[in-house]
Amino acid sequence: MSEVTLTQPAPKQEFGGPLTRFLMRNPSTLVFLCLLAGFTIAITILSEGFGLGLISTSLVKTLGKTLCFCLVALAMDLLWGYCGILSLGHFAFFGLGGYMIGMWLMYARTELIIIKAGEAAALPMTPGEIHEAIGTQIFGVVGGSEFPLVWAFAHSFWAQLALVILVPGILALVFGWLAFRSRVTGVYLSILTQAMTLALALYLFQNDSGLRGNNGLSGLQNLPGLEETPQAVVSVWFLWASAFALGTSYLVIKLIVESKFGNIIRAIRDDESRVRFLGYNVEGYKLFVFVLTAIMAGIAGALYYPQAGIINPAEIAPIASIYLAVWVAIGGRGRLYGSVIGAAFVSLLSSMFTGGQIPNISLGFYTIQWVDWWLVLLGLTFVATTLYAPNGLGGLFDLLTSKKEPDDG
Amino acid sequence: MSRLASILSALILLAYFVAPANASPEKFAEVLERDFKLIQRSSVKTVTPVLEAIQASGFENAQEFLSNWQEKSLWFRKEDNRFFYVTTEDKKTYTLIDVVTGEKIGEAGKRDIKQIKPNSGVRKLLGSALVQFRLVSPDLAVRRASLESISRDAKPEHLPALRNAVETETDLELKTGFIQLERLLTMQFGETPEERIEAINSFAGDLNLEVRANLNPLLASKLEVASQLPEDANIARIIIPGETGIGSDASAISPSVLSWFSEVRPELDLDEAYLMLVKSGAAPAIVTKQERDNTIVKNIKDGMVGRYEIASLNTEERRDAAYSDLVLTGVAEPSPSRSDIEAAVSEHVFFARFDEPDSNVTDAVRNTLGQINASVRWNTFLDLALDAISLASIYFLAAIGLAITFGVMRVINMAHGEFIMMGAYSGYVVQQFITNYTLSIIVAIPVAFAVTFAAGVALERLVIRHLYDRPLETLLATFGVSIALQQLAKNIFGTQARPLTAPDWLDGALVINDVVSISWIRIAIFGLSILFFVGLWWTLNKTRLGLETRAVVQNPRMAASMGINPDRINMLTFGLGSGIAGIAGVAIGLYAKVTSELGSDYIVQSFMTVVIGGVGNIWGTLAGAGLIGIFQKLIESFNPSNTLAAQTYMIIIIIIFIQFRPRGIIALKGRAAEA
Repeated sequence: MSEVTLTQPAPKQEFGGPLTRFLMRNPSTLVFLCLLAGFTIAITILSEGFGLGLISTSLVKTLGKTLCFCLVALAMDLLWGYCGILSLGHFAFFGLGGYMIGMWLMYARTELIIIKAGEAAALPMTPGEIHEAIGTQIFGVVGGSEFPLVWAFAHSFWAQLALVILVPGILALVFGWLAFRSRVTGVYLSILTQAMTLALALYLFQNDSGLRGNNGLSGLQNLPGLEETPQAVVSVWFLWASAFALGTSYLVIKLIVESKFGNIIRAIRDDESRVRFLGYNVEGYKLFVFVLTAIMAGIAGALYYPQAGIINPAEIAPIASIYLAVWVAIGGRGRLYGSVIGAAFVSLLSSMFTGGQIPNISLGFYTIQWVDWWLVLLGLTFVATTLYAPNGLGGLFDLLTSKKEPDDG
Repeated sequence: MSRLASILSALILLAYFVAPANASPEKFAEVLERDFKLIQRSSVKTVTPVLEAIQASGFENAQEFLSNWQEKSLWFRKEDNRFFYVTTEDKKTYTLIDVVTGEKIGEAGKRDIKQIKPNSGVRKLLGSALVQFRLVSPDLAVRRASLESISRDAKPEHLPALRNAVETETDLELKTGFIQLERLLTMQFGETPEERIEAINSFAGDLNLEVRANLNPLLASKLEVASQLPEDANIARIIIPGETGIGSDASAISPSVLSWFSEVRPELDLDEAYLMLVKSGAAPAIVTKQERDNTIVKNIKDGMVGRYEIASLNTEERRDAAYSDLVLTGVAEPSPSRSDIEAAVSEHVFFARFDEPDSNVTDAVRNTLGQINASVRWNTFLDLALDAISLASIYFLAAIGLAITFGVMRVINMAHGEFIMMGAYSGYVVQQFITNYTLSIIVAIPVAFAVTFAAGVALERLVIRHLYDRPLETLLATFGVSIALQQLAKNIFGTQARPLTAPDWLDGALVINDVVSISWIRIAIFGLSILFFVGLWWTLNKTRLGLETRAVVQNPRMAASMGINPDRINMLTFGLGSGIAGIAGVAIGLYAKVTSELGSDYIVQSFMTVVIGGVGNIWGTLAGAGLIGIFQKLIESFNPSNTLAAQTYMIIIIIIFIQFRPRGIIALKGRAAEA
């Protein structure tokens, strides 16, 4: 499925553009993209906003959010499964992306409300007054009304959209550069990324961090200027956007791992020193992958939080990033569809178990309540997966196609 | 016979001395009779001699009389002008109680008697007279209480009574208290400046909080503005608006000395200074934005303000322009311009005038406060150092187990925090069975060790052994164990915090002075970590197990070929590391709440300690814990209210530190470092 093309003689008769040819050579990607498109269309048809109304808006949102999880898991897989860097901090980038878009959503929506309220006044409001009123509205909960510096671009949609990419990207660049140049590898790097995540979460927990402390940003599901549009419709839009982002990222990552670049990062995963001795700039490759995946995580977060409606620092806590690693490990590292399956499977199952949708098991003397026991089950499953099924759920496909090992597994 | 005679003569002697006391009721009654008018219609001017006379009578129940008088429960009978306390049930007939003998005399109707209602000034004087009585009361508890009540609410009139009490007090501890209070009162209310300055100087270097609380008000000052500095005034500081800040001794701090760390803001900015001028009537008022807008709204005519449409007034500039049009037409007051304000402010001098008129007194206070503050700084530093050591020892305890497993086996045990939590819960369970706290802690430590040792060995045999060649996956697998254990603890013990109670002898704190103190639990934890350090050092360097462990650390294959069983060593090491985590859990549980999240609160810091210190070396862990503890407290001391920020900066510092020493402070050298 993802055989390295260098070892195969290329087909003699090429047809279509390079992308078509690439897809023909990688049928798994084609299958994935078709399935994703089919899934999106099916949900659209069944949704309340555009079709038959057979599935609820909240389920559409859950599915849209799951697609965002899949996207960040995909990025994690490129980083960990292919490049061997176990980052325990990519959910921080995810959260940062969410914060960046959340700032605009909150600012723009509050601005509309303020302007509307100001119409009743005797004099039209000055820009300064509007700005001040928005500040009071947003920062009242943390006892302030001044706009911190980080909100400098919050009024501009395009600027915040750029920050969705820039903030995680630059943070990853600085952190990655510092870490890789001092040759921090393996578990050390994992711990260091975890520390970075903790530092960020603790910083955001402060009231004077400028992002409303542990109140976080809220009301993000209401798109400014689209108050009239029902959530049923908005949720489907976000489903489309998430599916599009996931599909595009899948294709991009697939292109990367199938290229020469992909071979080098896999070589780095397997033996960093040898690649360095061969004359490659290992740090540069690692840094590129680290930053790229951080940006993808940021985009995923920017799509996720408008669907979730609220973001607070607890979302960034180190544990979230570890769960990300758990999804990828259960789904199967080193194969892109594996990470997507893992993220979708575990996060959906998790919400079903904790949401009370799985019936409790009565043992006579004791009733297993899944709300309480789900994490125990997940933890032990995870240990078992690591020990006995390193290929994860994705490994099941090997049984079906009776292949021994994926070459990049 | 002679003995009987001597006892008799002693009795007679005693009677002789007691006699004047017996006589005092009569004397007291005399005073009451003589001063009836003054008591009945008391005023601040006339009541003092009466009070002195009552005191002089030496009557033992005079205090009761005064407090009843003060609380308006003193009555008199109209027919014979005698004083009574009264009790009544139906508010018609009143039972009269004689003030001298305390006996019931009879009953009277409402009309026959009259209540005495002293005014508030008299009541105040009565209060201080009562204090005088209480200060020399034969009951020690009463004297103590009166000392406390005076120090809470000191008044000048207490001073003579207090000086008197200093003379007569026999209890040594109380006497010290009286003397200190007398100094404090003299400092504030003494009659001559010399007396006060002497009292002030006597406090130099005293760390007592009360001293500082009493010294600071003496430096109270009020902001004033004048065109010239008054010559006779006791000036605290001259303020340059927008520049000088206020110092701890009420002096002005110039911008060059403005500290870089602690933000010192200018005391007055230009606008505030101008506002003072406005208030003193020396300058015209500024028209605020609100007032400007109100004026504009008032002058709206047909959707227009002068020549401006309302809809166009959506910027500050337009509104200013519209307002100045209104000023020109004469319907609004002009507002001073920026340069007017600056000129007005620069023409005046702003200063703070001490409430205390005598500059010698304020100088003495400044001098004394300066010495006290210098002493406080040193002691705060000492306190900070103690805090840092205590925090370091907690990190050391939490991390040392991890350092052993990580150092020896290169295995990251994410469940380490949960072992700490298991240890704390073991302590809690032990306390459920053994109610004696001292005994239960003594039992809990080995129990916690045993429980977590077993858990560690089980984890090693079942999981980690299979993953030795895949360190990243060990991290993940142990994380799985960690979430399972954490949830399991939640299911068993619930989500609310469980108490792990320290024995009484660990309660409270070792108080060195008002600045430096450290709780006994923290001292115990410090002791425990020293014990651990020495014990581990000894185990690793002086025992067979330690030798084998070090061999496995340096080269597992070579060690195996020398007949050491690395599997066994790994298992024991892992068990040992986990067991130590369990004991650390008991220690941490003593001062933190025991919850299922106890471990995860420490896990990142523990990892940091190990990474900073360098793996495979207990000296490294000690250095790492010390560095992190000291740094964290140092950062906290810059901004004590914000421990979250301190932790954030701490982690950033660690990340930068790793740049310079990627393998930690004490790094393994040679081949072992490559493993």
